[in-house]
Parts: sequence; C-alpha cells; structure tokens
Amino acid sequence: MKRYKFLEHTADVKFQAFGKTIEDAFKNSAFALKETICDETEIKEKKKKTITIKQKDLESLLYGFLEEILYLLDAENFIISSITKIKIDKKFNLKATILGDKASDYEFTNPVKAVTYNDMFVRTEKEPDRRNPNKKVEFWRTQVVLDV
Amino acid sequence: MTEIRKISKNIYEIPKEGIMKVPAKIFASESILENIKKDKSLEQIKNVACLPGIINYAIALPDAHQGYGFPIGGVAAFDVDKGIISPGGVGYDINCSVRLLKTNLTKKDVLEKQKEVVDALYRKIPSGVGRGSKYNISRSELNKLLESGAKYFVDKGLGEKEDYLHMEEEGCLKDARADRVSDRAIKRGIGQLGTLGAGNHFLEVQFVDEIFDEKVAKVLGIKKGQVTIMIHCGSRGLGHQVASDYIKLMEDEYGFANLPDRELINAPIKSKLGKDYYAAMCAAANFAFANKQLITHWIREELKYIFPKIKIDVVYDICHNIAKFEEHVIDGKSREVCIHRKGATRAFGPGRKEIPEDYRKIGQPVLIPGSMGTASYLLIGTKKAEELTFGSTVHGAGRISSRSKALKELRGEEIKAELKERGIEVQAGSIKSLAEEAPEAYKDIDDVVEVVHDLGISKKVARMKPMAVVKG
Repeated sequence: MKRYKFLEHTADVKFQAFGKTIEDAFKNSAFALKETICDETEIKEKKKKTITIKQKDLESLLYGFLEEILYLLDAENFIISSITKIKIDKKFNLKATILGDKASDYEFTNPVKAVTYNDMFVRTEKEPDRRNPNKKVEFWRTQVVLDV
Repeated sequence: MTEIRKISKNIYEIPKEGIMKVPAKIFASESILENIKKDKSLEQIKNVACLPGIINYAIALPDAHQGYGFPIGGVAAFDVDKGIISPGGVGYDINCSVRLLKTNLTKKDVLEKQKEVVDALYRKIPSGVGRGSKYNISRSELNKLLESGAKYFVDKGLGEKEDYLHMEEEGCLKDARADRVSDRAIKRGIGQLGTLGAGNHFLEVQFVDEIFDEKVAKVLGIKKGQVTIMIHCGSRGLGHQVASDYIKLMEDEYGFANLPDRELINAPIKSKLGKDYYAAMCAAANFAFANKQLITHWIREELKYIFPKIKIDVVYDICHNIAKFEEHVIDGKSREVCIHRKGATRAFGPGRKEIPEDYRKIGQPVLIPGSMGTASYLLIGTKKAEELTFGSTVHGAGRISSRSKALKELRGEEIKAELKERGIEVQAGSIKSLAEEAPEAYKDIDDVVEVVHDLGISKKVARMKPMAVVKG
C-alpha cells in the first residue's frame, strides 16, 4: 500500500495518507507533513519526544497530531524523523513516541504555516484483497490541506 | 451549477440562493473570472454569504483563489451586534502584510553592487527554520511588544516615529491583549522575531520603472529610477497558533455540525470568545508589524555598510489578513462594521482619519506585490472602493496553478538562472521554494492591477521592478 500521495491544489498543499490501521494512516500523514516541511532531507534519530493528545473526533485528533509536529519545530527546534510508537483509542486519545533531531542542524525552510480542517477527513474504505479478489479488506484514508 | 450574472463591466453577481443571506459579488474581468471558476473560490464565497450578520454582499476580488473557509481575495463586512468573527476569515497567517521602503539610491547605485546587496540581506535576515531569530526577547518584553507593535522597536531606538506613523493603524492594533495569546503561541513565536519565513514571503530590492500618477507619487516621495525595498511577511508561528487555538475553542463552544466547511467556524462578535479572539488576533497582528520593524532596522544597518549615505524611509505598511472594526456607509448611514479581509488590502480614499496626515489628501497607499521576478505596484485608495468593496482592493496576483504542478513543471535552478538573465539576483533558503513561487504559478499581476484600476477601487501610482530577491 502506498503511504501517502499529494493532490492538486491551487495555493496550498493537499495530501492523502493510507494505512491498514488508523495508527498507520496517522503515521503516514505525519510523514507527508514531514516531506512538505523538509523535502527529502534525511533526518537523524537523535532525540525523542512523547506526544499525548485528547480530542473530540478523529479529524481534530489528526489536526492536533500534525499541529504538534509544527509546534515542536517552531518552539523546540525539533524535526521529526520517525515514529516508533503510536496508539489511538476509541475515546480519541493519541499517544505517540517520535524520534528526530535538532532542526537547526539541517538546511531546509519550512513552508508550512498551519494544518487546516478544509476538506479534511479520516475514514475507512474497502478495497479488493490482493490474494483473494472476491474478498474485501478495510483500510484507512486521511485527507489534509496544509496552509503554505 | 452556480448562476453568475453580469452586473456591469468587471462586476458579476451570484444571486442569493438556498441559505445565502446575501448575494456574492465577484470583481473580475471576463478572463480572470474564467480562471476563478476553475477552483473552489466561488463555492467558498457563497459559503461566506451564508454567515450570520453579513452586510450587503460577500466579495471576491480579481486575485481570488481557493483558500480554506473564506477564499483568498475575499472580503466580508459583518453587523457588530448580529455578526460573527471568524479565524478562517482572517487566515492562519494573521497580518501577513507588506511594507514598502523608499531610499535615496538610484537603480544604477544598486546595479553596480547587486550581488553584494542580495548576499548581505540574505545573511542578515533569517528566512526560515534552522536560521532562527537573531533577536533574543524575554516573555515579559514579548508581551509588551504584542500590545505595542512597531512602536516597541522604535521606542528602543530601532526606527523613527515617522516609520510607524506611515503604517496601517500606525503599526499597532490598539485592542491587542497579550494575555489572550496562549502559551503555545508565545513559545512558537518567541524564537522567530525578525525572521522572514518561507512560502510566498520575501524581501525585494526594486526600482521604480514607471510612474502613472506624478502628483500622488510626489506626495509619497516616489520618482522614476528610485530604489525601493519591499518586505512581505506575517506573524509567523505565533499567529498560526493563535488561529488554531481559537478554532478549537470556538468548535468546543459552538460545534461545527452545520458548517459547510469546518474552517468557517466563528463566534458572535459580542461573545466573550469573539472578543478574546479579536484581542489575540490584534496581538498577532502587532507581532507582524514589530517583525517588519526589526527587519527594516536590519536592512538599514546592513545597507549602510554598502551605501554609507543611504537613507531609508517607510512609505507605507498594509495588512493582508485581518479583521477590523471600521466605519462604513451602509444604506446611506455611516456605522461601524467588522470587516474581514483575507488576502485583501484596505484601500481608503482621501480624507479618512485612518490615513497618515501627510497622505490624507491623496488617499491611502496600497501596495501590491507581484510574484517573484515580476513587477509590484503602488496604488492609491479611492472613495469608489469605499462604495463598492468596503474600502478594499486586491493583495497580489493570485495563484492559478497548483504548487505541486508548479514543482513538476519548473525547476528551481532553471528559474534562478532565468531570473539572473533578466537582471534579477535571487537568494533563497530552498531551491524548491523558488519553483513553488515561480511567476508562472500566478495570474498576471498587470492584468489584475488593470482590473482594479479600471473599476476604480484603487488607482495606479507607480510600478516597481525587482533587482534583488531574498526568499525563505
């Protein structure tokens, strides 16, 4: 399964991310954001951050999760590299452990101003199983527009 | 299919339908309207027309393109008692704005030292991540700055009184309250003072290549061949966080189930949350004014090494993304309304008390930056704008193709080489951002300016062409 893809948008950056679980879809959304922030710059895993977020629905949880990545960049000079743990429960609690590095050690300019709710969704869809086309498997799809 | 009626040359209307409270008006030429139709701008301006307390009509200007919540190039006025205030009607980059500086240099002076100028400015003024602020400020001082705007730095000797006198709102929105700005927003902004940011933000050294109105240009101290400097940036992470914070608070308070776009979340102007957002938005706007004041100071400092006799004055500074309380004539009577301008510029005509005294007879200066490598314009506000568009005009060229498309089609390095061939030196934090901001991704600035000039919602004064560009 593709991790994420960027879509056409007049002024901003729009992407969709995918995952077999909601956790994977959130993770891949974070990687799409990371690519928008620093392109393909390889980031080392020298520092660790723990994120905990409580929200009211899946969309606001995704919004909060991505916003936290922007916050860490601006406020704590931290740029994400990978996500080692992520757990989302039915009450819209998210807990994640993120690895990354000191942003000022790299050469990139983050064009992302904010995560927006515009056209945002987090949902499950079904697609034919590759091994057994008569069977359908469920996967998660998110969609996000970033203000750049 | 949306019905669009032609009212007169360059004015179109989407009649009131469904839950729209007022019609929507689109100010555009036929060809520009065709471009606007290609994305969701019209759908978005119709959504704006549904908001409580909206007065007369929702407006899309010739630079309109798809945004979130409101379209970019969108203007709406709300009744102070029954109306709303919306963070999505202002944008995440609160007071994303433009400042124009004039110098006593001529085009020739800069041409001789073009590379030196662009390198010096690029070194001195940090653009993005990893090149954070060179100005340390304490929390308590930042609070003062949030309530005093550009004046904060002038009082510290980094500028002159004339600087802030020549800004919209004299570089300070008086209703700002630092205690309405969250800790998170402060933490995002405190390390970013004096930084340009990336995206469409830039710093440009230009020369005046044409004067359209000698009389007005003279009052503004602008003449042909003169070197000007334009700064385009906003309230950085602080402003973005203020918007996010209040969107969340408003959702928690009012819910969003009935909104066609979650970014249209709003609060009544008179509610506590509405007032708090406004106070925080004003504080973020002041951060942007102060930010540009610090950058102005650094430009003065840096260029003095290259041109010891240089003198730099502020022509004007205008807001692009803002909500404000202003007096407007509605149904023949003057009253206060809450104006949202998202990717739009105020364009008051002569006589308004908000205009600096030395400009009051001619009207308010309007600054319209072009896309990278193209001309920028200096215009003057008009009474016609006050009649037609709540004293508003365009803020730029407006985008046409998507950024990802621009990326595929145009390579940063090629653009840099092409601009150099045309005599424009560029320094950018990222080559990719050059491709994203390539002139081809925008509508033709000349067409957009012709339409507003033709409509009379602002009049051409001068055109400036770039010589050196610093980008995030």
